[in-house]
Amino acid sequence: MSKERIQISEDLYDIMPPDYQDLVKSATYGKEDRGWKDIGTSKELIEQHSLCAGCPESMAFRYILASLPNPEDTVMVGSTGCTSLVFPMVAVHNIHSLFGNQNAIASGLKRALSVRFPGRVKDVVVLAGDGATVDIGLDMTLQAWFRQEKFTTICFDNELYANTGGQESGLMQKGFVAKMAPVGKLFDKVRLPEIARESGCHYVINCTVSKPSLVEKVIRNAVHIAREIGPTYLQLYTPCILEIGKNSMEGLQEMRDSEKPTERFAYKEYISEPAKQLLAELAAKDKERKAAAKQLAGQASA
Amino acid sequence: MSDYRVLPGPEHFLPPAAASMGICLPNPGEAHINGVIAPEEKAYEEAARQFLMAKVPTIFPGPLVLWAWNEKAAKKATAVRHLFNTLVECVQPGQKPMLIPMPDYRPKYPKINPEVEINPNHPNLTIWHNRIDCCMFIGVHCHQANLSLKIIRGGTSCYTIAMCAQAGHEDAMLSFRDASVEKIMKLADTVKRLKGTVQPRLASAKNGVSS
Repeated sequence: MSKERIQISEDLYDIMPPDYQDLVKSATYGKEDRGWKDIGTSKELIEQHSLCAGCPESMAFRYILASLPNPEDTVMVGSTGCTSLVFPMVAVHNIHSLFGNQNAIASGLKRALSVRFPGRVKDVVVLAGDGATVDIGLDMTLQAWFRQEKFTTICFDNELYANTGGQESGLMQKGFVAKMAPVGKLFDKVRLPEIARESGCHYVINCTVSKPSLVEKVIRNAVHIAREIGPTYLQLYTPCILEIGKNSMEGLQEMRDSEKPTERFAYKEYISEPAKQLLAELAAKDKERKAAAKQLAGQASA
Repeated sequence: MSDYRVLPGPEHFLPPAAASMGICLPNPGEAHINGVIAPEEKAYEEAARQFLMAKVPTIFPGPLVLWAWNEKAAKKATAVRHLFNTLVECVQPGQKPMLIPMPDYRPKYPKINPEVEINPNHPNLTIWHNRIDCCMFIGVHCHQANLSLKIIRGGTSCYTIAMCAQAGHEDAMLSFRDASVEKIMKLADTVKRLKGTVQPRLASAKNGVSS
């Protein structure tokens, strides 16, 4: 679907709720260089949400939705958890899967879209929590990577089952005591980024969402690589401030503390050789496009 | 033929799908009223009568007419607006016609604003809030329309009309099929023709809507 097709019928325009009118007037569908800097000057693809005040997940959602390179032709697949409370307010096609089933759904969806729309770029992005990705859905997650399915998997890692009161998850750090895990975690945090690399992902990132420009970069890279080469995986730390005993305004600092070089969310990336080549080509094209735009602007002002 | 009748509710928390109770869809040129197949002409009269009787007759346009996907959709939107304007002209003081959109099918948790929109996953909220006692769905995809119509029948006493572009809806109290601009305009003409001949149920409307 192109933005040209997203128009409200003139005779019923006045009865449409204002958020839909704004989406048509000032959302960034179809804008080639869309990114987090559009936030504040254009209509975001997320309306109100039901996450807790100050939840870093809401920041992550805003940055990701602002950074998707092709939102009008993207389908997101969610799973059970806090994220599933947000998707109803997101203006990008999305599917809610059974708990843990998200990568299996996305596999079929991506293949079906390729058959149905052979001439069009259709991106599929999975966005699920750590419980869905590494515990309940690990089978589906890994199998999709083994099969080299061409979509991006994003894991919002808050290191526990936040939505149900703080049970232990595979991505919880060793020794952590949660409300519903009073003994403390007995084994190490599952090293899913390393597993992703070994399972065939071409682009693997482990980071927090404290820096919007970084989130924008990794989202764009992940989607482009998944589109052309194969599976990509992003593990983003979105701490549950309630479950780790922080206040609403402390989420950002928690992420900054956790991304220090010796901490568990220090920025880590793995890029396969074909993916490196693709990124270099994309960077060159981008440079060319910007130079041409600059030249055009110069001619217009002369 | 089934003895079951598709009547205004509240039927109960989980009303059966009318199809499972033996209600059949009309053939081309026909409609159904309360689950009984009837000539389309009779359905126009009955739909118009229900609109004119209602305290809050309401049209719920769905995504297939709200969004200008193509020229046909835009023309249907124009016809829907004409039908609404006709209702406004033809009702008596005290009746309050409404035009409330269903822009898409997202569940929209934690809440929707029932004053300005209806959602197929909890349509009863909009109906209760606005005390709607007769409504017409148009331009809503079949699955979502069936879902909404069942919820409305289950929890409210609202009379439901489906102006369906496909084969009709068993779960509506009255259903047209093969909706077109001409059919919407014909319904508007029938409303105009019956103006003044139908007594609105203003006194009983307050008790008519279940909440």
